[in-house]
Amino acid sequence: MRALGRWLVAALLLLIGRRRARPARPERPRYEAGGRDELLVLTLLAAVPAACVAFVVVYFTDASTQWLGLALGGAFALAAAAAGIAGKRLVSQKRHVEPRPELEHPEEQEEVLRELHEPGEGLTRRRLLLTAAGGAVAALLGALAIPALSLGPGAGGRLTRSPWRRGRRLVDEQGRPIAAATIEVGNFLTAFPEGADKEDFASPLVVVRIRPDELRLPAHRSNWAPDGILAFSKICTHAGCAVALFRYPLYRPRSPKPALVCPCHYSTFDVARGGHRIFGPADRALPQLPLAIDGEGNLVAAGDFSGRVGPSWWGVRKS
Amino acid sequence: MRRALALAALALAVAQPAAADSVSRGRALFVEGCSSCHGFDARGVAGQGPSLVGAGAAAADFYLSTGRMPLDAPGRQPLRDDPAYDRADIDALVAYVASLGPGPAIPDVDPARGDLAEGQRSFTANCAGCHQVVGRGGVVTGGFSPSLHEATARQIGEAVRVGPYLMPPFDEHRIDRHTLDSIARYLRYARHPDDRGGWGLFEIGPVPEGMVAWLLGGVLVLVVVRLLGERNE
Repeated sequence: MRALGRWLVAALLLLIGRRRARPARPERPRYEAGGRDELLVLTLLAAVPAACVAFVVVYFTDASTQWLGLALGGAFALAAAAAGIAGKRLVSQKRHVEPRPELEHPEEQEEVLRELHEPGEGLTRRRLLLTAAGGAVAALLGALAIPALSLGPGAGGRLTRSPWRRGRRLVDEQGRPIAAATIEVGNFLTAFPEGADKEDFASPLVVVRIRPDELRLPAHRSNWAPDGILAFSKICTHAGCAVALFRYPLYRPRSPKPALVCPCHYSTFDVARGGHRIFGPADRALPQLPLAIDGEGNLVAAGDFSGRVGPSWWGVRKS
Repeated sequence: MRRALALAALALAVAQPAAADSVSRGRALFVEGCSSCHGFDARGVAGQGPSLVGAGAAAADFYLSTGRMPLDAPGRQPLRDDPAYDRADIDALVAYVASLGPGPAIPDVDPARGDLAEGQRSFTANCAGCHQVVGRGGVVTGGFSPSLHEATARQIGEAVRVGPYLMPPFDEHRIDRHTLDSIARYLRYARHPDDRGGWGLFEIGPVPEGMVAWLLGGVLVLVVVRLLGERNE
């Protein structure tokens, strides 16, 4: 960062210095566009669609967001550079007025006008440049529209599928099963489904243990928390952050009650009441996963979540 | 008021001839300074303070050595302060609380035995949600999570095992002895983190970093505009 800052200052000084050093630069007749400048602008304009294609490829190959940003940012930077150079070098910025006598014959006048507007042989310079610019703009618009696919039907399956089935074991980050006896009252830990993709939306769980006499679960969930061990989706129902905060009071009568808190906007969920929201912008409960303890004493799922996992959007406001 | 009482108790304790047994000296100090909330027999006073039977040496040493106890008023969140007792009195009180019943002992934490990278991983996974990634502290609904920059390795270990106030406790299954050493080592490092790139920007994450990027980008755009544009004569 410091190095970046130094480079920036150096570049600034250089630019300013360059301008100061040659104040009386001989004015170049800019309207006499050289072939080199044109070629440069054309190359830049042609690189814009290339960068846009790279953006689309990165989007579909699920590469990192850094590459996405680099591709799209690069496309914009190339287009800006092309526009800047074209404005400076190709288009005359001066107004020239050349007086000429009025033509004597109206027919002649018309012919001159016709010749002026008639396109020349093949592709003129102007048309080539305009076509390239149009292509660049179209490619940019296309690249910007592509991410809208993420909202389409293809995304729906990923958002609703859940790896949790009755009997599926809970494992820790290293893939080891979790023995119920190792979880003390007040503990909290992160768990995943055995043999499923950890990156899946519905995979991460937050497991907590409270005293069984503290439980205030709805009647139909009365057997969801063996020994006071509860499991919830780790994805906040407000904006999808990881619910990473657990408060467990050392002395109950004088302290706030046990709750899971999302670090992004402080949505607070009462674990004793099955993830019921007690504070914050989330508007539905944290989905609870029914738990059981298998013959070896390990935690297993006893079914699927109580509601839809993940942030709320249309159609998933309440559940 | 409570602190004044505690100091008075301390003065009394110092004035008395040194007790033969540190537990009985601790008990005397306890009755003077702590019993109004925790009860004369340390079994708690309903609605005032919890029973200390089974609290263990770790809890007593943590609360007293960080100045969190004695508390000004029951129900308030205990926050870090100058300790009200000197080391000898804390040791006596700790011995007394530990004698009440089995509880977590003071953990032996040595940052030198720990591994920095493992400490950072474990701290990020278990602690950073509340305490912020370099231990600067933050809030949880209903309380503050304190900065950990002043905490000694021993106090860090005690807090992990005890789970003071709203903090959940972490036992050997969740954070083992070696990981605890590593966390202490990471926290020692996190007081003055080595900010790759130069600017730490308060280590509070991507928001200030993004703002700085926008500001630098804005300046850059202004420079480009200045270079491209021409003055109207």
